[in-house]
Amino acid sequence: MVNDHELPLTIARIQFAFTVGVHIIFPAFSIGLSVFLTFLEGMWLKTNDNRYLNLFKYWLKIFSIVFGMGVVSGIVMAYEFGTNWAGFSAKAGPITGVLLSYEVMTAFFMEAGFLGVMLFGLNRVGRRMHFFATCAVTTGTLISMTWILASNSWMQTPQGYVIDQKTGHFLPHDWLAIIFNPSFPYRITHMGLAAMLSVAFTVAAAGAWHLLKAKKGGTQADSTIRLMFSLSLWMIVITAPLQIIAGDMHGLNTLKYQPAKIAAMEGDWTSETRAPELLFGIPNMKTERTDYAIGIPLLGSFILTHDINGKVPGLKDYPADQRAPAPIVFFSFRIMIALGGLMLLCGLWSLWLRRRQRLFDHPLFLRVILTMAPAGFLALLCGWVTTEVGRQPWTVYGLLRTKDSASPLALSSLSFSMLFFVAVYLFVFGSGLLMLIRLLRATPEAADNTSDDIMILGSHHHTISQNKDAS
Amino acid sequence: MSGLAFYLPFIWAFIVILAISVYVILDGFDLGIGMLFAFEKKPEHRDIMINTIAPVWDGNETWMVLGGATLFGVFPGAYSTLLPAFYIPIIIMLGALIFRGVAFEFRIMAHSPNHRAFWNTGFMAGSTLAAFCQGCILGGYVQGVHTSHGAFAGGAMDWLTPFSVLCGLSVVTGYALLGTTWLVWRTSDELEARCRRWSKRLSILMILCIIAVSCWTPFLHAPYLHHWIAFPNILFGLPVPLLVALAGFLMWRTLDKEHAITPFLCAIGWFLLSLVGLAITIWPYAVPPTLTLWDVASPVPSQLFQLVGTVILLPIITGYSIYSYYLFRGKVTKADGYH
Repeated sequence: MVNDHELPLTIARIQFAFTVGVHIIFPAFSIGLSVFLTFLEGMWLKTNDNRYLNLFKYWLKIFSIVFGMGVVSGIVMAYEFGTNWAGFSAKAGPITGVLLSYEVMTAFFMEAGFLGVMLFGLNRVGRRMHFFATCAVTTGTLISMTWILASNSWMQTPQGYVIDQKTGHFLPHDWLAIIFNPSFPYRITHMGLAAMLSVAFTVAAAGAWHLLKAKKGGTQADSTIRLMFSLSLWMIVITAPLQIIAGDMHGLNTLKYQPAKIAAMEGDWTSETRAPELLFGIPNMKTERTDYAIGIPLLGSFILTHDINGKVPGLKDYPADQRAPAPIVFFSFRIMIALGGLMLLCGLWSLWLRRRQRLFDHPLFLRVILTMAPAGFLALLCGWVTTEVGRQPWTVYGLLRTKDSASPLALSSLSFSMLFFVAVYLFVFGSGLLMLIRLLRATPEAADNTSDDIMILGSHHHTISQNKDAS
Repeated sequence: MSGLAFYLPFIWAFIVILAISVYVILDGFDLGIGMLFAFEKKPEHRDIMINTIAPVWDGNETWMVLGGATLFGVFPGAYSTLLPAFYIPIIIMLGALIFRGVAFEFRIMAHSPNHRAFWNTGFMAGSTLAAFCQGCILGGYVQGVHTSHGAFAGGAMDWLTPFSVLCGLSVVTGYALLGTTWLVWRTSDELEARCRRWSKRLSILMILCIIAVSCWTPFLHAPYLHHWIAFPNILFGLPVPLLVALAGFLMWRTLDKEHAITPFLCAIGWFLLSLVGLAITIWPYAVPPTLTLWDVASPVPSQLFQLVGTVILLPIITGYSIYSYYLFRGKVTKADGYH
């Protein structure tokens, strides 16, 4: 159990995990969905096929809600570094604060500036300019991902800094080295693909729900739904295998730069060659062994080093106060891998059914895809838990400890904010989720066809009309 | 202190004040519109009010993120002492902003009148509470923060004083006035007429708030008073109250006439003048009354690298923000423009 003086730190950590965990869902959703929307609008412009426009409008409503939730939960993040992690902010602010500022200036403003045009401006600006706005919003989400992952990766594999001997502050020395740090290319690829895959599964599940509903009613789902379902499955077929390759490469990178994290992920206590891959086990931090371990011989070395004779690290290579809590990392990693495997299988299954022309009416497949709706997001969260808990006890890896990063806050303040955030988040984002589900129950055709101008406010039968004699 | 280490924090103080001013004005009017939901019950009017800000509120709120991120990167010493000092009001403000931010979408997509009523209330309460917290933070900031060795060393509720509550109420009043004058500009007919009446009442209240805060502030710390009465500062300081009076005069005159945008500009003027007055008061402290701008600034390479980006990007951001406002310009009326 945690003792009294560690309790505020523990609450601060749980609070950060909770707020960032909820937040990351929305940007990931926005990244994947904006890419999808850009594709849909591009195809509409190219083919003039109205099914693409209907799908665009349908998902645009979802996007506006998800984006809004991302903005408000993101403001919390921008301030939480200061409120709860003053030690980290004071020391690492000269690096991570600057990267965050670049994110705001190059991405957030661009997204927000063009979102209004994207949501409300189709008839006001014409198709081409509107498409430009959609592309700008999408580019904004991608740029945003780039900066925040540069910042996170720098905290994992720091370089390009010097430490001020007097104050302990990190001083930037080489900005290119800071941004393009060793884990950055792998992390951004892994996260970008995760966003695409998560959204692909959400879109596919919405499609599956409508296909099942139509089947139950004895009718056939219309071609817009089928198009949506088919597109999302192609996306899965492409991104699921790519993600597994990217994950493998990310793992090799982690082995090189953060071997202690790998040891925790694998539940390995002693460094060894020809190591097994544990399928199950319960790492015990006290007895320094993994109980009830079931493993496949040689596979651990092969996966981690691509060589059955490869040497893998063990937790005992590191002092006890430099080990990550292995049980959490061990399980989150395995859940992520299992979900990744299931997602790949779904993709392969879809190829098989497509070939046999049963993609749209195989009941079991449709039910499985519906069940897999949150799979991408769950895997994404498990991946973040693995990498973030796995780099403990550090915030800046090997340099700044988590306990030295916290703010000097009273336990009562932290308890208040913890309860407050949990209450607000569960209520607000819970309501948001219910609203999304309700929107997805409508069919794309029902998506407002009365007006091209207004997509969101249109559903409310009011529009912004322009008055020529504006002052 | 070498040249750059001396001058850069100057430039950055100016940029931070600019970003805060832009935020206060832009989010001020859309938070103000949220508050006005307490007085305007007609659904058509409420929808028009929302429609005037729906395409731009995201961008408005982004200035607040810019403010936080800039402090984090350029004045980390201020970021890491001020945020823990104002922990409680910041947390409440963030929660309030969440409620009002999602209410934009949720109230429209609500599936029953009760749900819509709930999110309308959330929009109103969230906007008001966020504004009040911002005012309390401002007041708490001006009255000073207890630090030791460059870190916050005060109590969790130090910020809560009669002065900070007065500042909270003043900001609520000021944002409401920005909201009503914005609507005078952007709406027509009955709603515009109501907003003109509200603007008058709020202007009187606002003047009283400005006088109260201005008279109280110099007596919070001895140096504050000194700043205002010492020569030559008084030459810079003196025009401020005169300009406040001038803006008040213009506001009053134009509210009765057909002027659309002038009252809004006057309200903006009041805010800018108040911020200038504030800057004169606390200069050169970043964390009054102990830490100066130079005590809390980042190392020179951080300030320089961020300055390059800011100088290039801020004009571009300003450019497409103006484009977005321009695109959705004009009076907003009820839907009659269906295609």
